[in-house]
Amino acid sequence: MRKIMTGVLGAAFAAYASTVWAGTLDNVKAKGILTCGTNPATAGFSVPDNDGKWTGFVVDYCRAVAAGVLGDATKVKFIPLNAKDRFTALQSGEIDILAHNATWTSSRDTSLGIIFAGTYFYDGQGFMVRKSENIKSAKDLDGASICVSQGTTTELNLADYFRSNGMTFSAVGFADEEAVIKAYEEGRCDVFSADTSSLNAARIRMANADDSVVLPEIISKEPLGPAVRQGDDQWLNIAKWTLNVMLAAEEFGVTSKNVDEMKNSDNPNIRRLLGVEGSFGKDVGLGETWSQDIIKQVGNYSEIFERSIGKDSPLKIERGVNALWNAGGLQYAPPIR
Amino acid sequence: MVDISQPAHLSRAFSIYDKKFRAIAYQAGLAVSLAVIVTGIATQTVSNMRQRGIPLTFDFWNQTAGFQINQTLIPYDTLSSYGQAFWVGVANTLLVSAFGIVLATVIGFLIGISRLSNNWIVAKVATSYVEVIRNIPLLLQLLFWYNAVLKPLPAPKASIALPGGIYLNNRGIILPAVEFHAGAGLVAIAIVAAVAFATAFSAYASGYQKRTGKQLPVLVVNLLLLTGLPLAAYVAAGNPWSFTYPELRGFNFRGGQQIYPEFAALLIGLSVYTASFIAEIVRGGVQAVSKGQTEAAHALGLPQGKTLRLVVVPQAFRIIIPPLTSQYLNLIKNSSLAVFIGYPDLVQVFAGSVLNQTGAAVQVMAITFAVYLVISLITSAAMNAFNLRFALVER
Repeated sequence: MRKIMTGVLGAAFAAYASTVWAGTLDNVKAKGILTCGTNPATAGFSVPDNDGKWTGFVVDYCRAVAAGVLGDATKVKFIPLNAKDRFTALQSGEIDILAHNATWTSSRDTSLGIIFAGTYFYDGQGFMVRKSENIKSAKDLDGASICVSQGTTTELNLADYFRSNGMTFSAVGFADEEAVIKAYEEGRCDVFSADTSSLNAARIRMANADDSVVLPEIISKEPLGPAVRQGDDQWLNIAKWTLNVMLAAEEFGVTSKNVDEMKNSDNPNIRRLLGVEGSFGKDVGLGETWSQDIIKQVGNYSEIFERSIGKDSPLKIERGVNALWNAGGLQYAPPIR
Repeated sequence: MVDISQPAHLSRAFSIYDKKFRAIAYQAGLAVSLAVIVTGIATQTVSNMRQRGIPLTFDFWNQTAGFQINQTLIPYDTLSSYGQAFWVGVANTLLVSAFGIVLATVIGFLIGISRLSNNWIVAKVATSYVEVIRNIPLLLQLLFWYNAVLKPLPAPKASIALPGGIYLNNRGIILPAVEFHAGAGLVAIAIVAAVAFATAFSAYASGYQKRTGKQLPVLVVNLLLLTGLPLAAYVAAGNPWSFTYPELRGFNFRGGQQIYPEFAALLIGLSVYTASFIAEIVRGGVQAVSKGQTEAAHALGLPQGKTLRLVVVPQAFRIIIPPLTSQYLNLIKNSSLAVFIGYPDLVQVFAGSVLNQTGAAVQVMAITFAVYLVISLITSAAMNAFNLRFALVER
């Protein structure tokens, strides 16, 4: 009896589990909406505007996935997550995809049950200090109190950096990034450390932005990318190739404005990218026009970069290492064929 | 009669018409289905976790943590293990709970007694304290203490200097560090000896009073013992400790003992909040002792002080202790709100950084639950033992 019961219950759970886990794509299509975990408030990357509409660089990535999968970039439900909770939310299935300022590391890729789908922003960790301290280099930070977000690579890099340079520091950690910034602003810490993009994003929102300065040292490699659950290769491909579509579009000069004309292009690369030739959409498991929807509704990589964090935004981050490979940067989409 | 009833009774033992049998059968059925459900869920969780590559073991325990914790009671650095980080969290939770319980009890008793005061102002102030503090959520109070009271203090370079080499700034309170030299042990021994002698003398005096009816000057003798012996030892050992005074170097003070604002905010918040409940318990306990008791004591000629100490308080304690235990348990559990103001307690360090860096959510949460359970059970066992001493002994 007991065995039968266990069997029945186990089968029921397994059936339940399989509906939840096996096909994230089918799940998203059935719900008609993409659930995307993102930063609660990082200017330029992910922040709700005055009307409560989410905007920013990583937000646009989520919208691109929704455009490709559902044909509508507005069908996204954003779940703001702290650094501390983000991977658990993905593991547990609360979100379909994580588009956070999360660093791709070996341990996260292999031991958390999640997998990174690429790098949408190459970043590095830096330090912000008050100008009045007259600090010119990170080497002068011996003995400082440093505000950090818990559960980040920042927390670990700090310890590494100070240890290898024979310096001491006192970490003041908070789960919530807003609390970290507030603690720094109110003088609880001498230094605020995070990815430089986050430092700049935090700075423009500070009341006295000009009182702080970001030090020149970059102490780590922080490739930020989207992540999905392990064991769903189809969904991983969609996450990966959504980013590649945006990069390839930039490379071949396809923008949200000219995508319809480009369908008539003679360039075979563009024809394959837009699904006019070949079976790109079908192979990914989506419709023929998925890549067109992404580009038309959200834009190519350069468009989302410049409007959210680049020269058309208050952040004014240079493309730098995030330029395309043929422009001296690291962004490189594998060929679509 | 006997011959007939015997087999009937036996046959009823396994009959579904037997009440007792049915009751046992229901219970067994419930237990089995519960066990089946629990094993089912556990098996499924484990297999799902394995399938998705989520860590299932406790291997992380001995791995290098790699992050820093600013307030530690036990040795910890960035090369220590996750296991060591766990103990740091436990120690910090115990530290704030222990200080919180003591402080909350002191404030609570003062306020509770003040509410019964004949002085109108004192009684009203105490009442307002209870009504205001008790009715504001604890988290808001913690954020208030941390953000509105402690953080706006001046930066280290503009520290407020207090007498005795103590500095106050937004990094906390910096006290001179005590350094013990050889001979400090002698003073410690003297203190232990003084306490032992004082206890023994009290016991002797109470026995002496029972036998002869005469009182010995317990208070004077014990005070002399408790101050005199350690003082004598201190002189004999020749100044066995010294202070290192903190000095401002670079960003912060070095060479002192620092009390962090996170700890201070949590301690103040927890104590003030819990004290408002303890005050009510104390007031209730004292008021529950019938007025006739006081009147009878007065009629016997006991002065007010002795009436309180010998008649009212022992009876009030009987009523106060059980609900007081619940307040202590609440305080311990509420200390987990530390996570909101960045005090590295068990939840902040272990269920925060460690959970996130290792991804072992299930194991970490299970351990965290277990720790709170154990601390709470030990506290309530201790309070129950204490309660036994005061409980009404019925003859």
